[in-house]
Amino acid sequence: MKAAVLVFPGSNREGDVAQAIELVTGRRPAMVWHGDGDFDKVDLIVVPGGFSYGDYLRCGAMAAQSPVMAEVKKRAAQGVPVLGICNGFQIVTEAGLLPGTLMRNSHLKFVCSDVHLKVETSQSLFTNRYQAGQVIKVPVAHAEGNYFADADTLKRLEDRGQIAFRYCTPDGAIEAAGNPNGSINNIAGIFNETKTVLGLMPHPENAVEPMFGGTDGKGLFEGMVEALS
Amino acid sequence: MTIAQEKNPPVKLPNEPAITPQIVAEHGLAPDEYERLLKIMGRTPTMVELGIFSAMWSEHCSYKSSKVWLKKLPTKAPWVIQGPGENAGVIDIGDGQAAIFKMESHNHPSYIEPYQGAATGVGGIMRDVFTMGARPVANLNALRFGDPNHPKTRHLVSGVVAGIGGYGNCMGIPTVGGETNFHPAYNGNILVNAMTVGIAPADRIFYAAAAGVGNPLVYVGSKTGRDGIHGATMSSTEFNEDSESKRPTVQVGDPFVEKLLLEACLELMATDAIVAIQDMGAAGLTSSSFEMAAKGGLGVVVELDKVPMRETGMNPYELMLSESQERMLIVLKPGREELARKIFEKWELDFAVIGHLTDTERMVLSWHGDIVGNIPIPPLVTEAPMYERPWTLTSLPAELDAAKVPAPKDWNASLLTLMGSPDLASKSWIWKQYDHLIMGNTAIRPQDGDAALVRVPGGGHKGLAMTSDCTPRYVQAHPETGGRQAVAEAWRNITATGAKPLAVTDNMNFGNPQKPEIMGQFAGAIMGMSEACNALDFPVVSGNVSLYNETEGRPILPTPTIGAVGVIEDIATSVGSRLVKSGLALVLVGETKGWLGQSIYLRELHGREEGAPPPVDLAVERRNGDFVRGEIVGRRVAACHDLSDGGLLVSLAEMCLAGGTGATLKLPKGVAAPHAYLYGEDQGRYLIATDDGAALIAAATKAGVPAVQLGYSGGTSVVVEGLLDLPLDDLRAAHEAWLPTYMNSAA
Repeated sequence: MKAAVLVFPGSNREGDVAQAIELVTGRRPAMVWHGDGDFDKVDLIVVPGGFSYGDYLRCGAMAAQSPVMAEVKKRAAQGVPVLGICNGFQIVTEAGLLPGTLMRNSHLKFVCSDVHLKVETSQSLFTNRYQAGQVIKVPVAHAEGNYFADADTLKRLEDRGQIAFRYCTPDGAIEAAGNPNGSINNIAGIFNETKTVLGLMPHPENAVEPMFGGTDGKGLFEGMVEALS
Repeated sequence: MTIAQEKNPPVKLPNEPAITPQIVAEHGLAPDEYERLLKIMGRTPTMVELGIFSAMWSEHCSYKSSKVWLKKLPTKAPWVIQGPGENAGVIDIGDGQAAIFKMESHNHPSYIEPYQGAATGVGGIMRDVFTMGARPVANLNALRFGDPNHPKTRHLVSGVVAGIGGYGNCMGIPTVGGETNFHPAYNGNILVNAMTVGIAPADRIFYAAAAGVGNPLVYVGSKTGRDGIHGATMSSTEFNEDSESKRPTVQVGDPFVEKLLLEACLELMATDAIVAIQDMGAAGLTSSSFEMAAKGGLGVVVELDKVPMRETGMNPYELMLSESQERMLIVLKPGREELARKIFEKWELDFAVIGHLTDTERMVLSWHGDIVGNIPIPPLVTEAPMYERPWTLTSLPAELDAAKVPAPKDWNASLLTLMGSPDLASKSWIWKQYDHLIMGNTAIRPQDGDAALVRVPGGGHKGLAMTSDCTPRYVQAHPETGGRQAVAEAWRNITATGAKPLAVTDNMNFGNPQKPEIMGQFAGAIMGMSEACNALDFPVVSGNVSLYNETEGRPILPTPTIGAVGVIEDIATSVGSRLVKSGLALVLVGETKGWLGQSIYLRELHGREEGAPPPVDLAVERRNGDFVRGEIVGRRVAACHDLSDGGLLVSLAEMCLAGGTGATLKLPKGVAAPHAYLYGEDQGRYLIATDDGAALIAAATKAGVPAVQLGYSGGTSVVVEGLLDLPLDDLRAAHEAWLPTYMNSAA
């Protein structure tokens, strides 16, 4: 699997995701600077976490307008898989690759903590290593992760199986106690219609080694390698 | 500009006021200090010159009251690459790598404007570390707030925590540890001490000393605005009721720009273009340019009109004294300007050549071709005021007789009260607002161990343990003991993870040094720290002094915060304090006499802050610690926790909560006062969980270390036979609830 990780001014988890990809594939992904309109052909494009452009204006809004995102949109339309994590989720949402928006956390504070996620489907190139209904533990670290979409969009997402992950309690209950930010329907991550674009707030890249947060996030990267190699 | 021109006396700017005694006083210069200035200059200074003297001779920049005492601290060891005097301390951590670290206060600004004050404190200390070539890998902070019932405390906690998180999170550096205390002595003067640890190749450290006559002086980063003018002078006076009108002297931070600055500086540092580099911190362009020239024994010409400016109409005085954030001053090798400019332009940062080095040993400031300031550099350093202020040591209070302190009537209630008290309650409300996981190297998270433990990037299996410690109530009661204890506890906390403690950064927060009893506290703390650092081979490599922490004459508790760093060769051999399985033997290492003087038990349950603090026997400390570390790296320990605030029972409760497993203890025979045994704060002790208690005790006996098995892990309660039986769920509720409940309740 050949991957590219985008780097915007203010990105800061690009190293973490590159490290996770390298751990699983044995190969360092290409780091692509935001100003580059073109980059090598890859099997996967990762939009990493951070504070692109300082998150000024609105999280992800400025990055969504950068030259590299025009190219990402073009490739996504051709079916190249795109993974947006945290600020990357905000960016791909602002770029229109995924519906809905990410609002300020309901408690108005930044939150960094392990959370539990229920995997909604194993039928995607991202989640094929997990079982539907499986509960995994990965961290979140954000101030604007409160997913929202209008009722019609939400119904479409639910009906078409576009919900990838939901926040849950350790025993898998989808309820407020497991929701770190107030996201509607406990949504932590969603697919586009073709399930070739995944956006999620949690950080699977920070859960790939036993001593450093556990290994529950590793399946996501292994699954992509299996699907894309 | 030619040398001949440099000797011209400066011109006066239009509208420049005459220097009057009042203006001198407003600059914080005492009359005798102004006399010194006149002697050095041989004439009346211009406003910008007066401003420069004022900043450079402020307590904050000159250490004029503390220097004579700081010299008493040990600063050398074979692993020390750079001790105090640079932007940060540097130690060798093996494999060609160095750890670079420092702790610094931002107390006054954080009280006036908590979000920006704390945020720029974090930004400043990170700059100190990456200026030297290191990529920061961890942040810590030590916070002291006033009485929770004081009307301002909630607002200050909220702002400071948000500010620290806002800056550190955006920078992408994990905030992995720290401490938070509350005490009425901080009501009008909170403490915000921030520490950064970075990693650099040991042969690629960057220093501030300028070299090379004619080399260009380059300004990079943000533009200069009018914020923070006189910050260093403000930090060097006491607070009064007008303090909040000083808000314009607090700087405003932009962590996004600092992130760009970090990446751009590290990119430039990978080339061979840099001769010297210095961040613009307190006293901004003044102290950075001055220190670079002074350390290099050179002179400097600064063309102030070339400084990138945020506002129109700024004058030389404002430019020299602004404390705008996210700026660096660099001396480049000749001909490397374009290479450097390209890097900073890529990162969309300002870049300007604003001067050059000379051999005149003078600082010459020009403004549109006119010389507006011309100061000889060496005398400003050598003739700087230095005070041996009178000092009176605090005498050791009488020892408190533990037998006369009542035992709890209800043991369960006593532990619940302590675990839910402001100082001991969980601080997860705070550290969950800090990204403590970014970089993917955090092995021991907050509340899971005595020190934070972070894998060293590029360092194989190596880990860095770090902690910040001080028990201000001990220092208040007896500064020498308190100073000794702060160092010993930091050393112990590093040890409890299995890491070898290597070096210290100190952040000395005290009241007005012109009062002999305050200067005595400072002197006493230094004596105690010095003894402990010597005995534990734990040199001080960097630090910061913050004096005048008083409001309307009421001083804070003396607070010499100790930040410490240690190394573990194989991170897989480290342990945290989490009790994760049943059937482990619980062994208490170290001697327990039941010391209740100045204990949390005495304060929280009996409302008394009395007696002598627990004595620290440094030889015992070292013996016990070396033994414990050996057992940990020998993989004979499952979990380890040092005993500090609240003693044995509080440590046990913390281990149980962290791991989600209960425990049952039985007191040894012959314990006369169980409450003193369980809540006493005797030093040099650890609680260890191990698969083989007998073997551990045998090894301890052989090493001459007192050790006794007290019980086993297991169950879902904390039990002390015959005294206490408390479900973990109740304990967790009390421990976790206090801070969020407090923060969410209306003022």
